Amino acid sequence: MRGRWPAGQKGARKSENIPSAVDTKTMHPTCLIRTLLVALALLFTTSSAFAQDVEALVNALPEGGYSDREKVIFDLAATGDERVAGLLDALGEGDLYVREEDGRVVAGKRAGRDYALTDALTGEELGTAPSSALEKIRVNNRLRRAVRSAIGQLTLMSPSPPVRLRAARSLLRNADPDSLELLGTALAAETDPQVKKMMETARAAIIIKTDAGIEEKAAAIDLLAARGDREALAMLTGAHSSAAPELQPVIERGIAGIERKLAMWDGLQNVWYGLSLGSVLLLAAIGLAITFGVMGVINMAHGEIVMLGAYTTFAVQQVIRTSFPGLFDYSLAIALPLAFLVTALVGIAIERGIIRWLYGRPLETLLATWGLSLFLQQTVRTIFGPNNREVGNPSWMSGAFDLAGLSITWNRLWIIVFALVVFAVLLAVLNRTPLGLQMRAVTQNRRMASSMGIRTPWVDAMTFGLGSGIAGMAGVALSQIDNVSPNLGQSYIIDSFMVVVFGGVGNLWGTLVGALTLGVANKFLEPYAGAVLAKIFILVFIILFIQRRPRGLFALKGRAVDA
Amino acid sequence: MITRTLLRAFDGKTSLVVAILITIAIAVPASNLYLPVGHPLRVPNHFVPLLGKYLTYAMLALALDLVWGYCGILSLGHGAFFALGGYAMGMYLMRQIGDRGVYANPILPDFMVFLNYQELPWFWYGFDMFWFAAIMVVLVPGLLAFVFGWFAFRSRVTGVYLSIITQAMTYALLLAFFRNDMGFGGNNGLTDFKDILGAPLQAGSTRAALFAASAIALALSFIVCSAIVRSKLGKVLVAVRDAESRTRFLGYRVDNYKLFAFTASAVIAGIAGALYVPQVGIINPGEFAPANSIEIVIWTAVGGRGTLVGPIVGAVLVNAGKSWFTGVFPEFWLFALGGLFVAVTLFLPKGIVGALAQGWTALKARRVSARAEDGSDAAPEPSPAE
Repeated sequence: MRGRWPAGQKGARKSENIPSAVDTKTMHPTCLIRTLLVALALLFTTSSAFAQDVEALVNALPEGGYSDREKVIFDLAATGDERVAGLLDALGEGDLYVREEDGRVVAGKRAGRDYALTDALTGEELGTAPSSALEKIRVNNRLRRAVRSAIGQLTLMSPSPPVRLRAARSLLRNADPDSLELLGTALAAETDPQVKKMMETARAAIIIKTDAGIEEKAAAIDLLAARGDREALAMLTGAHSSAAPELQPVIERGIAGIERKLAMWDGLQNVWYGLSLGSVLLLAAIGLAITFGVMGVINMAHGEIVMLGAYTTFAVQQVIRTSFPGLFDYSLAIALPLAFLVTALVGIAIERGIIRWLYGRPLETLLATWGLSLFLQQTVRTIFGPNNREVGNPSWMSGAFDLAGLSITWNRLWIIVFALVVFAVLLAVLNRTPLGLQMRAVTQNRRMASSMGIRTPWVDAMTFGLGSGIAGMAGVALSQIDNVSPNLGQSYIIDSFMVVVFGGVGNLWGTLVGALTLGVANKFLEPYAGAVLAKIFILVFIILFIQRRPRGLFALKGRAVDA
Repeated sequence: MITRTLLRAFDGKTSLVVAILITIAIAVPASNLYLPVGHPLRVPNHFVPLLGKYLTYAMLALALDLVWGYCGILSLGHGAFFALGGYAMGMYLMRQIGDRGVYANPILPDFMVFLNYQELPWFWYGFDMFWFAAIMVVLVPGLLAFVFGWFAFRSRVTGVYLSIITQAMTYALLLAFFRNDMGFGGNNGLTDFKDILGAPLQAGSTRAALFAASAIALALSFIVCSAIVRSKLGKVLVAVRDAESRTRFLGYRVDNYKLFAFTASAVIAGIAGALYVPQVGIINPGEFAPANSIEIVIWTAVGGRGTLVGPIVGAVLVNAGKSWFTGVFPEFWLFALGGLFVAVTLFLPKGIVGALAQGWTALKARRVSARAEDGSDAAPEPSPAE
């Protein structure tokens, strides 16, 4: 509801899937060819023989002046040795030293008063040394630039496609004209279509900046426009002012195209966010739709029952973490039925203990259940503490995937699916089971149902238990996207009531339509009005809407309603 | 005619309540100001604004009782009218600070300087004058209640639906006042007040005067409410509460009666808010929280709705209990409040005063029948709708 997306570790996990270390052992034949090609190409860019031994080059680093060092850096890059990247990184950071006793080049990190040393190339531990025993290999700005470009070369030629992709993407951001030649070489050797496309785009971004011919530039602009994201838009806008007059219309066309495309994706993204928010609203409100809609009971403790469901998930995960760590991915599957049971029992207890004495006095029910909600909140606060509790995402619910420009997080997707499944099941229970039949009978005419032999008190208790149990399952789902705290329920209760009242009391379809409409409307208003104003607009809209249709979108008709 | 209606309000019970309130209005400040420190009968300094706060709460509960106890409209948004009155007073107090603020800007309050306002927003004009602020205290809550009620009652939004949209109203206002762009100080609200009508707020005499003002305002609202309730209009209100459709079919314009009660109640709530702010020294958007409004309902319910004394008793008792509880067992206050809600609705549907009155009439009836005398025909208290 608050639009909180999982932050911190919930979102960070997805990055684990991207391999970061370059695997040198499994060098593919094509990679070998590439290395050779690269090496050949580099022969032209750097004037030295590449076959020199890497170690020898490393040992040559400390010698001579800055310009000698620059040459060595490029020679090192030319070797294409994977270990060189780390060494160059350290050099750029100013962490490379020469050990005075044997003249060995080492990487040093400060550890207390001494330096912890590792071999510059292999990363082998070499113990510690005081700063007096080390001499720093100095770098100036020109060398740092050389180091950066050398690292770019190395990664652009890396045998691992993801590394090359990243290198190409960073080139696209920097658009450094010096890298153009290198990029051309890499492009010629590239086989992976995705990486190749990225490299071509990067090349286009660079070409716009250089003084290439009009034809070539126009092609580059088209290529960038085809990319169609905000980066490309920024590049084209940047190039617009300085471009030749012949190119201006081309760039303008490109910008317009990108903007159109972005607007469309923004719209789609808003629909997606709206559906996601709507599904959360649906989950929170659907239990209320039963207790309020079917039974006419104002249950202000509904939010707290959702909260109990979320805390059940927390408790289940706690047990799993301490006793059965292997089962963590199944924690939600275990928590769902448990949460249903726990909250359904709590619901039945509430109905038997409090609500049944107050039937026909809706305003009193409201007050009593409000009191109950305070009670439940404080109970949870006493047991679990007032702070947010950590509920983890199982692996199949964390991360995100891209669907043609839309970034879709798995947990949101699963929650939408879950909300719809719960809705369908509930609909089936109400329309296809004996319990549902009895529920509807009691709702429509309690005394007649009673004379037909339906045990109305039992049906009341079961209905309330069902509504509460569904609220508990909603709590399991919400624990995945919201903070689990004793205040969880309060943030949902007003919105849930709005959904039920807007959709029409006593009508599950109304709740579905109401939740999704309010969710999507909210997300479409947010970019223009901001999150808070959007919510205020929605509230005002509902207040006005109730004036027009006091019984909601899908109102029940008939005499029984007015009773 | 109005004086006659008001005078008619003075039967024995009303006179008694008013006399008690006026005695309090004189006795508490007098004992605080003129008795020496340490005297057993002296009201300690920090107690004066605390008791004054209870009295404004009592006024708020009385306002709610007028619509809920006598007209059957359960408003879950009365905190909004209270807070709006409070904000109007807070704006006046803010302007009184002048150049004594942290940023020493003679026109702009501190938070506006902090938020880079260049000039005073238009809705802050006039609040440097007390009479203007006093009018706004009445006008803003009254107007909001009038517009809101006019829409709601005309389209016959009743019962639970009305409760829920009043809750939505106060929630929307809560969100709005939390915004810094609104020009009401965002979530910090208005605070750091210095003086009111030239008298420093921290001074004992000002506090005593504010206390006396609260007690007298409460007494006046009590007179007004009891005049309303006893008039013909009040009888129609009770009829609306007990059988709205029937009253409508009898030819009464039910909407107008409800609208009158709702607006009058909002005005009383606004005045209560205006008296509350200088005694507490702060007003922030938290006052709009739906939970606060529901708490007002429980004060009224505990004391006894449908009786005018009940909400006063309830508000003072519950808040005194809250002060005591949060001091002694802060952990358990919510348990106690929650339990109170449940217990009162289940076991004391008429509240303390309602139950006492019922017991009293039962006792009297028994005595009457025992002595077989006539003469005392005490009308039973009107009972609230079930």
